[in-house]
Amino acid sequence: MRNAKLVILLAATLMLGACSKSPDVKDGWGDEPEMVTGAQDESGSSQRGLGENGVRGGEEFGGMNLDGQNVLDGTTIFFDYDSTDIKLDYEDVLMAHARYLVENPGARVRLEGHTDERGSREYNIGLGERRSQSVRRVLMLQGAQDSQIITVSFGEERPAEFGSSEDAWAKNRRVEIQY
Amino acid sequence: MTKVFTSILFFMLMSAMASFQPAHAELRIEITKGISAAVPIAVVPFGYTGPGAAPFDVAGVVAADLASSGRFDPMDRKDMLEMPSSGAEVDFQDWRLLKAQVLVIGKVSPINADEYSIQFQVFDVFKREQILGYRMPTTRAAMRASAHYVADMIFEKLTGVKGVFSTQVAYVTVTGKGKDRNFELVVADADGANAKSISNSPDPIMSPSWSPDGRKLAYVSFEGGTSAVYVQILRSGFRQKVSSRRGVNGAPVWHPDGRSLALTLSQGDGNLDIYVLELTSGRLERITSHPAIDTEPEWRKDGRGLYFTSDRSGRAQIYELELQDKKAVRISREGSYNARPRLSPDGKQLSLVTLDRGNYRIGIMDLERGTLRVLSEGKLDESPAFAPNGQTLIYAAREGSQGVLATVSADGQIRGRIASADGDVREPVWSPFPPN
Repeated sequence: MRNAKLVILLAATLMLGACSKSPDVKDGWGDEPEMVTGAQDESGSSQRGLGENGVRGGEEFGGMNLDGQNVLDGTTIFFDYDSTDIKLDYEDVLMAHARYLVENPGARVRLEGHTDERGSREYNIGLGERRSQSVRRVLMLQGAQDSQIITVSFGEERPAEFGSSEDAWAKNRRVEIQY
Repeated sequence: MTKVFTSILFFMLMSAMASFQPAHAELRIEITKGISAAVPIAVVPFGYTGPGAAPFDVAGVVAADLASSGRFDPMDRKDMLEMPSSGAEVDFQDWRLLKAQVLVIGKVSPINADEYSIQFQVFDVFKREQILGYRMPTTRAAMRASAHYVADMIFEKLTGVKGVFSTQVAYVTVTGKGKDRNFELVVADADGANAKSISNSPDPIMSPSWSPDGRKLAYVSFEGGTSAVYVQILRSGFRQKVSSRRGVNGAPVWHPDGRSLALTLSQGDGNLDIYVLELTSGRLERITSHPAIDTEPEWRKDGRGLYFTSDRSGRAQIYELELQDKKAVRISREGSYNARPRLSPDGKQLSLVTLDRGNYRIGIMDLERGTLRVLSEGKLDESPAFAPNGQTLIYAAREGSQGVLATVSADGQIRGRIASADGDVREPVWSPFPPN
């Protein structure tokens, strides 16, 4: 559903940008979720290289808008245990999101903060909120407007991965960027 | 406006429906570690003076209640040599041979079509003396509640502590995965019977809190995608959204006077602080202003101060704050992580979640001495809540990947687990004593 919305949004941007490479763009979107789930190990949150991969994919398409589009869909930022620091790996992908928001003042983004299951539930709501605020700050520093960003924290209530392994925990400490 | 009204109607309807269908997941406390000093007691099946079969097994409920406390060890019915229902029929010698220390007998008599009388007697087998004798009117529908009341009377007479068998427990269940996930807020009798869903949502439901009069629950629901705090009246199912500010709306707890809630808000800037919301006026007062996460408030017994979780020292620890000057002092000293304080009914101890050698466990902190005792043995234990008599704590634990409920006596001697059919069960909260 959200993806469909994004597709429409981006299609509109595409037409404005008069770009001719739409099939490639579609492929780019399809690849993205795989990149997200591809990284597995616990410390892997640091090697997820989501931004790097996304941007590299984007460069192949050339255009500025496309660059953004490829990384925009289904981005997830992963965090270390009990940490709200955004790793350097995510710099490029967050820049692309910020650029998209600046160029599309009507666009709204929802940042959903999540934690692993350890610790108390309401404290984890706080931790998830803090994570989504970290992402919000980066986007705003790059020029996105406060009114474009909604943050929601689900704490440990909506795990991406069930189970009590280090691997599952690493996948659950995240901020999902949704349009 | 219409939308709000529709959702109220919807939830009234939902709760009306729920009251007709007992919930799927009935929970049963099963004692996994008892005490050797558990008193052997014989609860003889009650006689029935009416025609046909007895309408309800009162003695069965009484025996199960007493067993669930871990302080009594009821005798198996098939080991009983006789089943007296009046004092004259009791042969104390037989019960002595069976090593029962306490004997409970009774009978149910019909008065008219729907009304009954329950009478029961409790004997000290060694002294051959009646300890307690009582007769009470009841109805067919109230028979189970009356049985809990009988168990409460016996428990209090024998232990000197008020029984909690007539109280209720609220908890959250989660079934299904992915898009089919369903969160339910359930209220059940303390023995797990009569479980009724009072609210459900595909989005998370969290943090139920009983009003001091036991008539309402405050809780957090994410229906529609963002968090809001609701207050729901149990009898009618009527509910009100009391806080849906930008950002986090969480961790509601009732002031002891029942007129306001302490809760956690982030007010859009992402900084979680404690607030107090007066329910009738809607007046909001900010209590903490700190860039750290301040959450999980709990009222002090006098209502003039709060305990809460804050990571202002780096990691989560427990703080105490005076409402008057809003000064917070850290009170948890042991352990690198202490969170979600809940006060004992006497106001002298806090139960909390503590990191114990890599495991999240339930601890009890003595407020006077500041000492911390770890009570549970799991890896991911959370959400402790005291029974209203302070004797037992109920909390959420993990068995494999399933969330289950467990109990532990405040002295750590007696442990129980509460079996559930399917899905996760979490965030148990024990009701206050029923007003009467």
